[in-house]
Amino acid sequence: MRRDIPDLLRSHDFTHGLDDDQLAFIAGCARNFRFDQGDYLFREGDAADRFYLIRHGRVALEMNIRGRGQVTVRTLQDDDILGVSWLVPPHRSTFSARALTLTRAIGFDAVCLRGKCDADHDLGYALMMNFMPELLGRLRSARLQLADVYGAPNG
Amino acid sequence: MHTLTIEKPADGFAFRPGQFNMLYAFGIGEAAISISGHSDDPYLTHTIRAIGKVTEALAAFEPGMPIGVRGPFGSPWPMDLCEGRDVLVVSGGLGVCPLRGALRHLLRHRDRFRNVACLVGGRAPAQLIYRQELQELEQRADIQLEITVDHAPPDWQRHVGVVTDLLPRIRIDPETTIALLCGPEVMMRFAAEGIEELGVAPERIFVSMERNMKCAIGHCGRCQLGPNYVCKDGPIFTWQRIGRLVTRSEV
Repeated sequence: MRRDIPDLLRSHDFTHGLDDDQLAFIAGCARNFRFDQGDYLFREGDAADRFYLIRHGRVALEMNIRGRGQVTVRTLQDDDILGVSWLVPPHRSTFSARALTLTRAIGFDAVCLRGKCDADHDLGYALMMNFMPELLGRLRSARLQLADVYGAPNG
Repeated sequence: MHTLTIEKPADGFAFRPGQFNMLYAFGIGEAAISISGHSDDPYLTHTIRAIGKVTEALAAFEPGMPIGVRGPFGSPWPMDLCEGRDVLVVSGGLGVCPLRGALRHLLRHRDRFRNVACLVGGRAPAQLIYRQELQELEQRADIQLEITVDHAPPDWQRHVGVVTDLLPRIRIDPETTIALLCGPEVMMRFAAEGIEELGVAPERIFVSMERNMKCAIGHCGRCQLGPNYVCKDGPIFTWQRIGRLVTRSEV
């Protein structure tokens, strides 16, 4: 059975605490996407005009590092939020996102969603409170990666 | 990274997963190295990272050279306690070595345990230890194995991130789970805290500590950690006993 977008959104942590009207309201900014293995969802430096909730699949966040080429710094998968740069100016993607497997995701039009959050601050606040724990988790993980704990003790 | 396999003496050399030996490079010195294999194996396996005089000498060993072995020492993983329960194994970097014996025990007697899950963390794909064995484990349906690295080239299809990111995705029943952890201390700290958050009690989380060990019998005090000697009371402790000490920098 095919589930509609508000229905899919309801089961995701990102929409925790939203009522049916608010769900329907933000669902107006969303549609389903499908990416084949190897497809780029967005590229480093692109306008960050969309963000995704991954339904199924695995996506690599990549950075281009001079001398090393593309380096994967994080992978994301089922139920993860993908894309943060859409939230704040200058709305440019910091990483590239490439599908490692067939990936299905709900994609939000960032301009549309920002507009709705501006128009309804209660909605914006609720979404931000759902976004923040995930962001803090990412920050903690990134710091642990930065600590390079597996490096040899004497360098 | 260098792996030494040592022929056992004729009367055998019984040990339990998680224990270590003192390996002696004649004329240079001794180092505590965990045993990476299972007691049923016909030889003793030690994987060594050359980071000092003794380990550099051990890493340079050639087949046929004589080596001194004292052991086995230390507390083992609580394999008996794991029976009838879910088991979560979390390793980081070299930590996979002392856990290898536990993993082999779990798989050899798979029907004695409920869900078995294993998270393996490393710096980059090329630096994963026992990579071939891990890839074979991935094919098994009776163990959930997830491998993650801190960064990877584009052809890497597995996870990139830290092991704690994967904890919420593991299918275990926290009420019955025994967790076995070994890796860099900061990684074990984050992992133990994450496992506690899942609902596993700290007395059922076991960590293998690493300290610079010299005598291996609790005399010299080199490996003291709070009131404990890692060589004699450990190297495996419950998180309940050791967690408070791991988060303090002065011990």
